[in-house]
Amino acid sequence: MTGPRYRPGQRVRIAARTPAVHHRVPAYVKGKVGTIERVCGKHGEPERHAAGKSLVLRRLYRVRIAQQELWDGYQGAPQDKLDVEIFEHWLEDEV
Amino acid sequence: MSEHDHSRTFQADHPEPTSEAALTGLALRELLIEQGVYTADEEQAMIAAMQGASPENGARIVARAWEDDSFKERLLANGAEAIKELGFDLSPLEFTVLENTERVHNVIVCTLCSCYPRTLLGMSPAWYKSANYRARVVREPRAVLAEFGVTVLPDVEVRVHDSTAELRYMVLPQRPAVSDRLSEPELAALVTRDSLIGTQRELASAI
Repeated sequence: MTGPRYRPGQRVRIAARTPAVHHRVPAYVKGKVGTIERVCGKHGEPERHAAGKSLVLRRLYRVRIAQQELWDGYQGAPQDKLDVEIFEHWLEDEV
Repeated sequence: MSEHDHSRTFQADHPEPTSEAALTGLALRELLIEQGVYTADEEQAMIAAMQGASPENGARIVARAWEDDSFKERLLANGAEAIKELGFDLSPLEFTVLENTERVHNVIVCTLCSCYPRTLLGMSPAWYKSANYRARVVREPRAVLAEFGVTVLPDVEVRVHDSTAELRYMVLPQRPAVSDRLSEPELAALVTRDSLIGTQRELASAI
């Protein structure tokens, strides 16, 4: 059993792909950069689950993104953040 | 001849399912029970548990965290494990509790559908499921919070949590200032449903 690929505080980019199958990555976070807020457990991959395929467990993370990274002209405060759950196969290294 | 007026006492019987979807649902349920996937007793127990779920469960957890620092620490580190101490079990879902502080205000949404810790807190409010709330709270959280009567000071960080996968969330609101002499059940009575979602920040300090 392999351990988590990412650790808390690490910078990651959320993949910008859009597969033609149900997936649980909201469009507004695709391609955005954030940091790992925490490493969660392993859960069934939604894309396979939705297609009725056999269960494949994937590592889940919470990714913290600055609101100013998400939205052009964000009207709130510069320190505002958004946390979202993203599976490991949707994360890319960001240096 | 009776004087009894049937037009007044008549009540419609529970209607038989007529739509194809309703009939499919019934057939599926019968098959699941027939095939032993679960028993009718288990189904009844689950329905009863879900009907018993309410924000009062969340309020009990909050009051315990206010009173017991080591419980609070366990709750914030691993919510699903910690709430088992109070008899709640959300497994296999992870349960993440987000602490409001002087510096941070948390608010929860599910933009993809309407994920909510329903077996713990009961049905979510109608607005939580609305496209309006789901679309806007991620984009302009302070404006949406203001519509709920919540003013978050400019130096406080607003943290929106989009519940998109396997985690369920609850906000741990700040303990009201003047609640030192209240018992744990009295403290729990101060906690509102909206404060557990984050669309309320200040709690009343007396019942």
